[in-house]
Amino acid sequence: MLDINNLQASVEGKSILKGLDLHVKAGEVHAIMGPNGSGKSTLAQVLAGRDAFEVTGGSVTWDEHDLLAMPIEERARAGLFLAFQYPVEIPGVSNAYFLKAAVNAVRKHRGLPEFDAMDFLTRVKAEMKAVGMKEEFLYRAVNEGFSGGEKKRNEVLQMALLEPRLAILDETDSGLDIDALKVVADGVNRLRSPERALIVITHYQRLLDYIVPDQVHVLSHGRIVRSGGRELALELEEKGYGWIGDSGEVHSAPEPAGGAQ
Amino acid sequence: MSDVDTWLAHYHAHSAVLPGAELPWLADIRRQAIYRFADEGWPTRRHPRWNHTSLAFMDQQDFAPAGVAPDAAAALARLRGEDAGHWLVFVGGRFDAALSDIGPLPAGAQLSSLAEALATHPEAVEAAFGSHEDGDSPAALNAALASDGAWLRLARGVTLEAPVHLVFIAGADEASRHLRNLIVAEANSEATVVEHYLGSGEASTLTTAVTRLQVDADARLTHLKLQQEAEQTVHLARIDAVQGRGARFASHSLSFGARLARHDIGTRFDGEGCEALFNGLYHLDGRRHVDHHTRIDHAQPRGTSREFYRGLLDGLSRGVFTGRVIVAKDAQRSDAMQRCDNLLLSRQAEADARPELEIYADDVKCSHGATVGQIDEDSLFYLQTRGLDETHARRLLTYAFATEALDRIDLAPLRKQARAALMARLPGGELLEELL
Ligand SMILES: Nc1ncnc2c1ncn2[C@@H]1O[C@H](COP(=O)(O)OP(=O)(O)O)[C@@H](O)[C@H]1O
Ligand SMILES: [Mg+2]
Repeated sequence: MLDINNLQASVEGKSILKGLDLHVKAGEVHAIMGPNGSGKSTLAQVLAGRDAFEVTGGSVTWDEHDLLAMPIEERARAGLFLAFQYPVEIPGVSNAYFLKAAVNAVRKHRGLPEFDAMDFLTRVKAEMKAVGMKEEFLYRAVNEGFSGGEKKRNEVLQMALLEPRLAILDETDSGLDIDALKVVADGVNRLRSPERALIVITHYQRLLDYIVPDQVHVLSHGRIVRSGGRELALELEEKGYGWIGDSGEVHSAPEPAGGAQ
Repeated sequence: MSDVDTWLAHYHAHSAVLPGAELPWLADIRRQAIYRFADEGWPTRRHPRWNHTSLAFMDQQDFAPAGVAPDAAAALARLRGEDAGHWLVFVGGRFDAALSDIGPLPAGAQLSSLAEALATHPEAVEAAFGSHEDGDSPAALNAALASDGAWLRLARGVTLEAPVHLVFIAGADEASRHLRNLIVAEANSEATVVEHYLGSGEASTLTTAVTRLQVDADARLTHLKLQQEAEQTVHLARIDAVQGRGARFASHSLSFGARLARHDIGTRFDGEGCEALFNGLYHLDGRRHVDHHTRIDHAQPRGTSREFYRGLLDGLSRGVFTGRVIVAKDAQRSDAMQRCDNLLLSRQAEADARPELEIYADDVKCSHGATVGQIDEDSLFYLQTRGLDETHARRLLTYAFATEALDRIDLAPLRKQARAALMARLPGGELLEELL
C-alpha cells in the first residue's frame, strides 16, 4: 500500500531524511522508533505534505499514486491521517465546527452524503465517549487550553471520525498516563482492518504492549537502520539507542541473535 | 467638487431649509462651524491627528448621487429579521417615518429623529448639540450641515430593554449626507444603541456622522456601529462621550465598508470610577483605508479603560490605529490598557498602530501592545491535513482572528448581526455560515 524508496528531505538546507526505505502493506501495523531528532516527525510531516520540508530525492507511492505530488488536503481526503506530535491550537474555531468540516470534506470526496448537524452530533458524541472526552470539548476552541492528554485524545477522536486508510501517529503516546495510553491503543486497534495500514511512531515500547505491531523499525539519522518483529522493540527498551553511532552507522548492530557491545 | 468653496455654497443653499433653521442658537453654531471649516479646510498629513490619513484629495474629489433608489424596505427587512427593538430608519440623511418602528417606550424615554426633537424640545437639544469647536474640521462640516439623526434621552433610572437601531441608508439623490445623533443617558439609566450605515452602488459619496453621548453617573451605555457603506464612499465619523461618576460606556466599531473611513472615538471620565471598553474590528481590501483614532481622557481617578482593535487587511489596503490616553495629574489609580492586532492577508497591505500616552499622574497602570502578523502556517497545515482545502482553511483562520472582537459584543442578537456583516465581507463566507 505504501512504498517509500530512498526518501530524502531537508529543512532550511539541512538534510534530515537521508535515503529512507519503508514498505507497508494493507492490514499491517508498523512501529517506528528512534532517538530524538532522528527524523521521525519529519517523515510523518513529509508524508502528510508539509511544504516546509523539501523533498530532495526518492519517491513515495501510495496505492499506485505518487503521494508527494498530491496536495495536502487530497491526501487527507484519500484517507491519509496524521495524528500530530504537537496538535495545533486554533483560537476562535470551535472543535465542533472543525470536526464537522473535516468529516464532511472527507465524506464528500468519498461520495458519501455530508452529515447534517444532528447526525454529526450523534456520531461525534459516541466517539467522544469512546476516547473519554467530555462533551464540553466540542464547544471549546480547537485544542485551545487543552492539556497534553486532552489534545492527544482529540487527535484520536479525529482519527476515529475520519476513518483513514493510512494513519500515522506521531508520538501520540508521549506524556500520557496509562489510561490515556489505552485510549490511544484502543483507537488504533479499533481501526485495524485488512484494508487499512497504520504507522505508529513511538519513543517507548510501552505502547506496543497494547498495540502489537507487525514490524518494528529503528530510525536513526534519517535512515531506517534496523527492522524486525516486535521483539526488536523490547530489545531497544533494554539497550536504549546507545548502540547507534553518532553519524548513523550501526556499530556492532545487535543482530537478531543479539550481541550488542 | 468637494473643496471649501463648494461646501460654503452648499451651506448657503441649504441652511435655510435645515431642521431648526429658525432657532438662533442653532443657526449660530452652523454659521460658525462652516466658517471654521472654510478656514481650516480638509485636514492633511501636516495635521498631527491626520498624519496617516490625509484628506487633501477631497479638494479635487467629485461626489455624485447614487442615482438609483435603494430598496430600503428590503435592506431593513434583511437587517431586522425577527429582532424587536426600536427601529429608526433614515434614507439619504432624512428620517423615514414610514419605514421606522419606534415601538413602545418606557416613561422617561424620548426617542425620535433629531428634526422632531428640535421642533418639540429645542432647549434639551441645545444642551446636547455640541459646538462648532468640537473635533477637527470634518466634524465642523457636520455641525454646519447635519440634516437629521437620532435623539435619545433617558431620564434617571430608565432602562431600555431592547436595543435602539438607527439605520442610515444612502439615498438616490444626495451626493453627501450629514448625520448627527445625540444621546443623553441620565444617572443610572441603561441602553444599547446600534448605528447601521448602509450603502450600495458605484457612485462616490460622502457621509459625515457625529454621535455625542452623555453618560451620567452610574449609567450604562453600549454603542455599536456597523459601517457597511458602498465601495466608493468616504465616511468621516466621530463618536464623542462624556461619562459621569461610575458610568460604563462601551463602543464597538465594526468598519467593513467605504473607500476611506475615519473614526474618531473618544470619551472623557468626568467622575471617579468610570469604565470604558473600546472594541473595534475592520476588514479592508483593494485600496481601501480605515483609521481609528481614539482618545480616552482619564480626567478623574480610578477609571478603567480597555481598548481592543483588530484589523483584517487584504489587497493594498491600509489600517491605521492611534490610541491616545491622557491621565490627568489627579487621576490616581487609573488603569488603561490598549491593544491593536492586525492580520495581513496580502503582502501589500499595511498596518499602523501607535499608542500616544500622556500620563501626568504617578499611581497608574497603563499598558499597550500591537502586533502585525500573517495567517499561521502551522494552523493552515493542520486544517489541510484534515481535508480542508487551502481557501477554506484560510477563511476559517481569518474568521477566527476576527471572532475575538465579535465575542466582546455581549448581546447575542447584535453579535449575530455583526457576524453576518463580517461574513458578507469575507469571500466565501457561506462556507462558514454554520458558525453563526
Ligand atoms: N522546522 C525545522 N527547522 C529546522 N530544523 C528542523 C525543523 N524540524 C525538524 N528539524 C530538525 O530535524 C531533525 C529531525 O527532527 P524531527 O523529525 O522532529 O525528529 P524526531 O521526531 O525524530 O524527534 C532535528 O535535528 C531537528 O532539529
Ligand atoms: Mg518528533
